[in-house]
Amino acid sequence: MNGEAHITGPEAPSPITADLVLSVNGERYPITVDTRETLLDTLRERLGLTGAKKGCDHGQCGACTVLLDGRRVKSCLTLTVTLDGRRVVSVEGLADGDGLHPLQAAFIEHDAFQCGYCTPGQLCSAVGMLAEAAAGWPSAVTPETDAGVDLDEEEIRERMSGNLCRCGAYVNIVAAIGEVAR
Amino acid sequence: MRPFSYLRAQDAPSAVATATGRPETMYLAGGTNLVDLMRLGVAVPDVLVDVSGIASGTVEETGDGTLLVGAGVRNSDLAADPLVRRRQPLLSQAVLAGASGQIRNMATVGGNLMQRTRCPYFQDVTKPCNKRLPGTGCPARTGENRNLAILGHSDSCVATHPSDMAVALAALGAIVHVEGADGPRTVPMPGLHRLPGDEPERDTVLGQGELITAVEVPPLPFAGRSRYRKVRDRASFAFAVVSVAVALDVADGIVRDCRIAFGGVAHAPWRAETAEAVLRGATATETEFARAAEAELAAARPLPGNAFKIPLVRNVLVRTLADLAEAS
Repeated sequence: MNGEAHITGPEAPSPITADLVLSVNGERYPITVDTRETLLDTLRERLGLTGAKKGCDHGQCGACTVLLDGRRVKSCLTLTVTLDGRRVVSVEGLADGDGLHPLQAAFIEHDAFQCGYCTPGQLCSAVGMLAEAAAGWPSAVTPETDAGVDLDEEEIRERMSGNLCRCGAYVNIVAAIGEVAR
Repeated sequence: MRPFSYLRAQDAPSAVATATGRPETMYLAGGTNLVDLMRLGVAVPDVLVDVSGIASGTVEETGDGTLLVGAGVRNSDLAADPLVRRRQPLLSQAVLAGASGQIRNMATVGGNLMQRTRCPYFQDVTKPCNKRLPGTGCPARTGENRNLAILGHSDSCVATHPSDMAVALAALGAIVHVEGADGPRTVPMPGLHRLPGDEPERDTVLGQGELITAVEVPPLPFAGRSRYRKVRDRASFAFAVVSVAVALDVADGIVRDCRIAFGGVAHAPWRAETAEAVLRGATATETEFARAAEAELAAARPLPGNAFKIPLVRNVLVRTLADLAEAS
């Protein structure tokens, strides 16, 4: 109007929300979420649990790994609205008070990180992975004839392939997990 | 991401009733592909119908040795199922060859079949793509096409189907159970997935609103000797450059029967019926295995960047057949 430029985009669409109760590290959180919100954003932005990290936000790096009903999942690909009544454990829930989880202690002992950004995801993934192996789940490198699973280096590397470490601390990560596996 | 309404389905018919006639309604199961596509702006649903709570999450054996796999079975549970591992090891191996431990814990059988291509142009909303926006063109034909199709592609689309599991199911002749507005129906594999033709926007033969409820794996006695072999650019957690799913029945040095499918080469899992026909009754030798592979691949039309896939899939098939023959 009157030669004045008014750049107006389409009106920002209103968010759609839903109510649910989320259980995180044993605490119940009644929350109202935007349906678009991922578990990763809920943990970090709403609940102040910043252990789980946003690396790629596409399910490719594993830095956001948490345990959902005991199974490791990518929280960046999990919509919070789907989780009413489900149990989440993040890296903050692994230790028993001041007592570190055996994997946390092993990561320190083996110097299994440099920058530490991938570590919370590595830890949660390793907790889930050890449970999977204990349940007898095979991996792509498990010999068909094997009744059980022998978590040697090849098995650990294959089973942890969903967790990237840009510092390249893999040698020590594998050693730390291997110590707890034995 | 566009705001969307979220509904939790009570059962398959009500989910289908909600989605039918509403093309912007999508089903959500594990979300490992759909949530990413929504974030990328490739998928823009206005309603998500969560079917993860209704789709059966069990693997059941019926009387005649058929396995009925619920659409909601997580990939990791399917791969670890003792019956699957014993009777159809190629199916367990195919699932374990895909994705990562976390993603296999989330992804379902139904969602695995319905995942979209990872063609870089399809996933990039700043680029033309006939599959994402029909009529805009296919930059992949002359662009980055190293990982794309060598068989069955069209002028409009050269995408590959990304699933490993679907390749094993195509070899096994699995039957997909589908619920639609007119009730249930079945679709035999590999007929679920389409070749692109001039409608690349349609990945499968399913109609709008149809929902996969289960996958039936018919008994195949010789599938106890079977293998899924995948070639990829890194040791783990990568899509197939090429893959083969093979079950082989050899007696007295003669191939009595076989099942062969290829992955990473076409818009659909590629059942290699020509190679199978060449092999039935042939001697179980590398010469015959190579003849079968070459007969199948005579139809291949490589793109500028992927001619290497033809000798690669040939060699992987020959090696896999030889390994299985040696084990028998």
